[in-house]
Amino acid sequence: MGYLSLLIEAVFVENLALSFFLGMCTFLAVSKKVETAIGLGAAVVLVQGITVPVNNLIYHYLLKDGAWAWAGWPEADLSFLGLISYIGVIAAMVQILEMTLDRYFPALHRALGIFLPLITVNCAILGGTLFMVERDYRFGESVVYGLGSGLGWAVAIAALAGIREKLKYSDIPGGLQGLGMAFIVTGLMSLGFMAFSGIRIG
Amino acid sequence: MDDTARRTLLDPLVDNNPVTLQILGICSALAVTTTLATALVMSLLLTVVLMLSNASISLIRRHLPRSIRIIVQITIIASLVIVADQVLKAYAYEMSKRLSVFVGLIITNCIVLGRAEAFATKNGVGPSLLDGLGNGLGYSLILVLVGTIRELFGSGTLLGYEVLALASEGGWYRPIGLLLLPPSAFFIIGLLIWAIRTWKTAQVEEPEYRVRAAE
Repeated sequence: MGYLSLLIEAVFVENLALSFFLGMCTFLAVSKKVETAIGLGAAVVLVQGITVPVNNLIYHYLLKDGAWAWAGWPEADLSFLGLISYIGVIAAMVQILEMTLDRYFPALHRALGIFLPLITVNCAILGGTLFMVERDYRFGESVVYGLGSGLGWAVAIAALAGIREKLKYSDIPGGLQGLGMAFIVTGLMSLGFMAFSGIRIG
Repeated sequence: MDDTARRTLLDPLVDNNPVTLQILGICSALAVTTTLATALVMSLLLTVVLMLSNASISLIRRHLPRSIRIIVQITIIASLVIVADQVLKAYAYEMSKRLSVFVGLIITNCIVLGRAEAFATKNGVGPSLLDGLGNGLGYSLILVLVGTIRELFGSGTLLGYEVLALASEGGWYRPIGLLLLPPSAFFIIGLLIWAIRTWKTAQVEEPEYRVRAAE
């Protein structure tokens, strides 16, 4: 599959938030202001762009059936350790990223700092890795998929925050106030994003 | 059963439901509810993992340094989920294919970590087990409700058996195709929240901004 087509598909057609419902807890909780939503979105793109390729390498060279052939141990199949390795990599990456940003890019760290710890338990990150494994992407594809799916999530949360900022001036029925309305709006956005399905490039 | 135990068990069902009030564990609640069968299996897996993780984290709560507790909790949860995943693959392979990545995503299901952090680190093993069961059941309740609505009206069946005779096969019922698509899950949970909050008015959120009546 061409990289461009994979990118478009990851950002729009198979949007992690709107068609696979991943990262919904943070998606609904941190989408009240556009600025914070964009900050969180940027952090997700960064972490997703790093962890998906790293987990791809781990899967192909350490966990897959026959992955240890280079060490003269071809019958080994460690794929059952997948989940615990991926979540470990994600937690470690987030920690390293936080320290690196703090040391070299303090301004960026101030902007993203509070969101980084949240990202360890954001299921969009683990979900991206698991989809990469399930679809058996090669390394190049995993880089594109990681960045694309992160970007798709960021676009979705920024758009939802924009809508919710306007929404607070509308007269919503009591029981639907807040969370209920956020669900309905996300549903409508998801309906809108379905218009992208069927788009193919190359 | 004494009163506090009953409250720990029954509160999360409606009054403090993890999905509709605590905003926890929404991802899988939306994704696996296209059929009732997947919703039931997912509820069962989550309830078991939640009970065991709550119990084991509560067991070691006095020995766990605060600074590394999150990573220890995630490791425990991940190990439990691996066991659940392997059991599912061994005994119900078809179902594990249909649930695809969402079994693995129980690790990052905020209910599990949320209850571990909010309840199991402060309470004994017994209450933690009950809290796990209660929250698991609260989550299951929403999943089964949404799953029933989506399967019954989206494809006219329940657990694969025909309930409403489809028009395409000579019956009378025209299925609502939208219910099988992702957006409908958002609408159903949104309306469910509306219904629950109309019944339990204490859960209604304050509007940030009130429209003033014209003078």
